[in-house]
Amino acid sequence: MNFSVKFLLPFLLVGIISPALATTLKWSMPGDSLTLDPHAQNEGPTHMVSRQVYESLVTRTVDMSIEAQLATSWSTSDPETWVFKIRDGVVFSDGSPLTTSDVVFSINRALSGASDVIELIDSITSVKSTFNNQVEIKTEGPNPILLNQLSQIFIMSEAWSKKNGCEQSQDYDASQETYCSINAMGTGPFKITLREQNTRTVFERNDKWWGDQSQHNIDRLELLPIKNDATRVAALLSGDIDFTNFTPAQDIKRINGSALHKVASTPQARTIFFGMDQGIDELRSSNIKGKNPLKDKRVRLAMYHALNMDAIKDKVMRGLSEPAGMITFPGVQGYTKELDTRLPYDPNQSKKLLAEAGYPDGFEITLDCPNNRYINDEAICVATVGMLAKVGIKVNLDAQPKSIHFKDLQNGLSDFYMLGWGVPTFDSHYVYSFLLKSDGSWNKVGFKSDRVDELVGTMLTETNLDKRNANIAEAWAIVQDNMPYLPLHHQVISWATKSNVDVPIRTNNEPLFRFAKVN
Amino acid sequence: MTNYFLKRLLQSVLVMLIVAFVSFSLFNFVGDPVHNMVGQEASAEKREEIREKLGLNDPIYTQFFRFVSNASKGEFGLSYQLRRPVSDLITERLPATLELVFVSALIAIFVGVFFGVYTGINREGFTSNFILIISLFGVSLPTFVIGILFIYLFSVILGILPSFGRGEVMHIGFWSTGFLTFSGLKALILPSVTLSLFQMTYIIRLVRAEMMEILQTDYIKFARARGINQNIINYSHALKNGLIPVITITGINVGTLIAFSIITETVFQWPGMGLLFINAVQFVDIPIMSAYLIMVAFIFVMINFIVDIAYYFIDPRIRFKEEAMVE
Repeated sequence: MNFSVKFLLPFLLVGIISPALATTLKWSMPGDSLTLDPHAQNEGPTHMVSRQVYESLVTRTVDMSIEAQLATSWSTSDPETWVFKIRDGVVFSDGSPLTTSDVVFSINRALSGASDVIELIDSITSVKSTFNNQVEIKTEGPNPILLNQLSQIFIMSEAWSKKNGCEQSQDYDASQETYCSINAMGTGPFKITLREQNTRTVFERNDKWWGDQSQHNIDRLELLPIKNDATRVAALLSGDIDFTNFTPAQDIKRINGSALHKVASTPQARTIFFGMDQGIDELRSSNIKGKNPLKDKRVRLAMYHALNMDAIKDKVMRGLSEPAGMITFPGVQGYTKELDTRLPYDPNQSKKLLAEAGYPDGFEITLDCPNNRYINDEAICVATVGMLAKVGIKVNLDAQPKSIHFKDLQNGLSDFYMLGWGVPTFDSHYVYSFLLKSDGSWNKVGFKSDRVDELVGTMLTETNLDKRNANIAEAWAIVQDNMPYLPLHHQVISWATKSNVDVPIRTNNEPLFRFAKVN
Repeated sequence: MTNYFLKRLLQSVLVMLIVAFVSFSLFNFVGDPVHNMVGQEASAEKREEIREKLGLNDPIYTQFFRFVSNASKGEFGLSYQLRRPVSDLITERLPATLELVFVSALIAIFVGVFFGVYTGINREGFTSNFILIISLFGVSLPTFVIGILFIYLFSVILGILPSFGRGEVMHIGFWSTGFLTFSGLKALILPSVTLSLFQMTYIIRLVRAEMMEILQTDYIKFARARGINQNIINYSHALKNGLIPVITITGINVGTLIAFSIITETVFQWPGMGLLFINAVQFVDIPIMSAYLIMVAFIFVMINFIVDIAYYFIDPRIRFKEEAMVE
């Protein structure tokens, strides 16, 4: 009797204690991933969730630099052919080994059907397994940013996908639900064991993960979306959640004031700016008829000099912004500190420039702003109205929800508008192809420069990095000289945690829980 | 009788059709769902393709007809955001909202009646005045302020109740309930009290006024003269008669509770229909928005319809008027 108690006690204790020892991290953000299918939506929170479960050939580490993940090495045999060596000994969380055919399957899946990431990798023309655990990828013309692009393409198990009838990406637009959109099975550090969309998602440590398990000590991760800012902060302060990567600016002081919590901030990979339509012959909303004042560079500069971004930083952003001189941010290929330095705040200079341009009494214009898209978007616009009024430009503010604001922008209905731009590839080409190329789909300012168009073309094909960088620099010089957009600031993001929780902050706001520690 | 019944039914149908039209117009006037669905970088062709898939390019009357005939079958299409049938989403969320509304209605009625009687009997006492002043906060402070205050007091400072969510739930068929677990019951306290405050105040004042009026009537005086115990007079004679208007008002207000629960659910991240609706508004998820509008309208119309019919049987004046008109 006595013996059996002694003998059994340790086992009993293990049974009782071990669940309590499991380290749990509770994470909250306002919304949830839209789908677990890793190719069906190219959207921030969706990638945040998928990234904990799925991995890619190469990935961005905490400081956003590219590093090997499922591929151990790569080389180009000619400018259009890449060869990736696939990591040995990687298994999926169901125990099946990762093979080159899984990689080929996944890239083809991402490239076909209803996949939402096609546009990211559409330069890939073929992908096939070769000998020695290698995968060969051919691109249409040289592609110097292929690695950037591949870091967004998650690798799935071919057998698992086929068995569950989702060898094609979920058709999100056709409102399809598939097994893969509500389940996830990858090679990553966590596996999803419970999914209640918009309420609770439970991840557990994947014991079969190939990576360094000691990098993190999270046994269980729970995603608990909380929409209301005040409630999310209260949940953090009361200990119901451990971490949020969406911390409202107005609450940072209070969270920092709590001895049990801390806040980390970093400039976000997103820049906010104003667009000014200089392509149209007569503005839609101005009292100036028959001509467009924004066509005149002096007017655009006058507006630039009138904006006191330091004041907006202090008063509107509560210190959480980095005033910007260019429309992209540190870390993007082509960014330089010099270009990002703002021209001085100088209302007298503004008035002088306006007078020179023939508008000594200013003019009238409507500013279109979203009110639920960027941090304090509407408040920034309100502050702008006052600043421009000081130099004689009468701005009528039209702040609307993002769904209406962006619809109007797309239909080309705005003279003067706010826009923010992130760069998932961390390369200037992304900025140029959308915002500055004359036929760029988001070039709503009518900016047109033949030389810039030519340079955008070479950015995609020039594989000599020095030459390519020179091209990017030349393009930026032209843009900065013309100032088609008014740069405002880089957003700063803040992550709040309990004091004993460490989640390294990243500029793209995407947490990597494989580096998280609960002490 | 049939005439009266048919007239009411026709009115109800007309109201529903108008609501249907309003919620249908949402599809055309509230932002562009396509923008939210495809993100900033999608091409114009892709957008057009999606418009076509969603049937947004058909003529308005075709769209309206399709909408009404589907809605009458309980089909509201698929959510733009969640990609699942709206009817499924609502069925999933309904238990959370109904449990919340049920509990807060109970709190409102029991606490409200108790305090109402108390303040009705002890008109000038300190406690009565205290209750009345406190109950004023219930009507004058907005629900989200009260909710946040409760969260700060009971979760952040005292740390005794959860700040959000529903706790652990158990599934019985399609119904998910928080009544059967400790954490589920704990999670119910703050949101249901928050939601009940407004109704509670209402009931306190109503019962108080009724009690004060009834206590002056002859039959109460007579009962007193007969030497009946004061408690029996208060609760058995007076309260019974005072409750009739309370029941009517509370019945109608259950609909209001469901509508009010939007704010409470947002503050407490309560996974019910209100939260679904708020999420839908931000995403311009029109199928959910219109289904919600129609559902709430339907609840109100049904309650009104039942009340009208009940009046017919309770109030002889309506009956006689109708019969006179038929002849």
